[in-house]
Amino acid sequence: MTFLELATALVFVAIPIALTLILKLGLERDIVIATVRSTVQLLIVGYILTFVFESESPIFMLLMIVLMIGAATQNIIKKGDGIPGITWMILLSLVVIETLTMGLMLGLGIIPFEPEKVIPISGMVIGNSMVLSLLFLNKFKDEVERSDEVIELILSLGGTPKVAIDRSLKNAIRTSMIPTVEAQKTMGLVQLPGMMSGLIIGGADPMEAVLYQLLILFLILTTASISATLVGYLAYPRLFNDKMQYVGLTYRKGKAS
Amino acid sequence: MHIIEFKEVSHQDILHHVSGYFREGRITTFVGPSGAGKTTCLKHINGLLSPDEGTILFKGEDIREMDVLELRKKIGMAFQSAPMIQGTVYDNLNLPKAIFHETLERDRAEDLLRRVDLSEAMLDQPVKSLSGGERSRVAIARTLVNKPDVLLLDEITASLDYRTVKEIERLIRKLQQSYGVTVIWITHDLDQARRVSDDMWFLKDGKLVAFGEASFIDESDDPAIQRFVRGEA
Repeated sequence: MTFLELATALVFVAIPIALTLILKLGLERDIVIATVRSTVQLLIVGYILTFVFESESPIFMLLMIVLMIGAATQNIIKKGDGIPGITWMILLSLVVIETLTMGLMLGLGIIPFEPEKVIPISGMVIGNSMVLSLLFLNKFKDEVERSDEVIELILSLGGTPKVAIDRSLKNAIRTSMIPTVEAQKTMGLVQLPGMMSGLIIGGADPMEAVLYQLLILFLILTTASISATLVGYLAYPRLFNDKMQYVGLTYRKGKAS
Repeated sequence: MHIIEFKEVSHQDILHHVSGYFREGRITTFVGPSGAGKTTCLKHINGLLSPDEGTILFKGEDIREMDVLELRKKIGMAFQSAPMIQGTVYDNLNLPKAIFHETLERDRAEDLLRRVDLSEAMLDQPVKSLSGGERSRVAIARTLVNKPDVLLLDEITASLDYRTVKEIERLIRKLQQSYGVTVIWITHDLDQARRVSDDMWFLKDGKLVAFGEASFIDESDDPAIQRFVRGEA
């Protein structure tokens, strides 16, 4: 595809802008910003990836992964407001997930140590972890706010903070994992997953695309379960103090949610 | 004997130098205008909150020196909204045991229900189907599982109809007499406090204005107490 062909495809941006103007949805500015940002961001990534792939240096590859983890953390920390120290917890969980999944895949020889494989797969792993962590934090904060009386009740009966928060924590882990598991059940029936479609459009053999897509699906199951569990178990002690008292979510001043 | 004693207890901007005691085996009510610090004070007794300054003694021992989880097992607490976990009445009565990976025998659970004037047939009923009064009774029965020395009650009759309120009052008096348990009870209803109290604590703006035999509330010449009794504060 050429830049000219892509430019023609801007018609697909013009349609939603026209609709939002006609229906007075007030989204036209956001659509323009989103289009410009995604174009600029992806073009930059494209040039960086070309450079990294050509250089074949593991240092640039590592740098790229660090950058992805940094950007993902930045994206999640807002959602963690109310839980002191959430930034390093998210950072740590992303590093653990990336190290574990890449370590296993490279160690077991599932993928070769090549930037063309490591970087896109890392991107998917980190990206999914980010989404799952966001989802988990949302659910967890909801659960905690909804069950603060039960948490205090269990503490008042002599239960430890871990016992007191157990139900809320596991509910939040479970509900944040459900969409991933459910989505995989219908995979391929309703829509072809993004990566597989990309590979096929790019000219890859469909069976090879399927194998890579399955690898990603399996990886996503791991990232989903580890993200929610790790962030959850790191975060919950921050809702209590050293006297086993419930302090709850502690929002920074001026923020209510 | 004083089962619990507060010595110069302060907590944030809520409690200021509270000093007083609770006599063993008696019913003491906390009364005072809303925002007086009654719930904060109550939560200090079982270590759900801690003083910034001052000391709280339980049977003469500084509670900071005690294992807080053991202390909480000795001091049962029933909350205003009678929070319940999902499941049946039995699941909720079993909760104090389940958190230690133990099980409450069904016989004992049935006995607890009878003690709070509920039918043992309710044991397998989902808590969702309980009325407000039944929920309160189950919450009270649940506090008895650990056989506490002290029972803390936070506005447990606040949202109940008058007849149920009177029944719960009779029930608490009965439990206090049969178990010899010390009851510390927050109520916003001064008439209820008069009916149930042996002793009273009158709190206002985080300060303990007066405490002792409940009769002081109607005999005091303190202007803050008189205003409260007249319903002006």
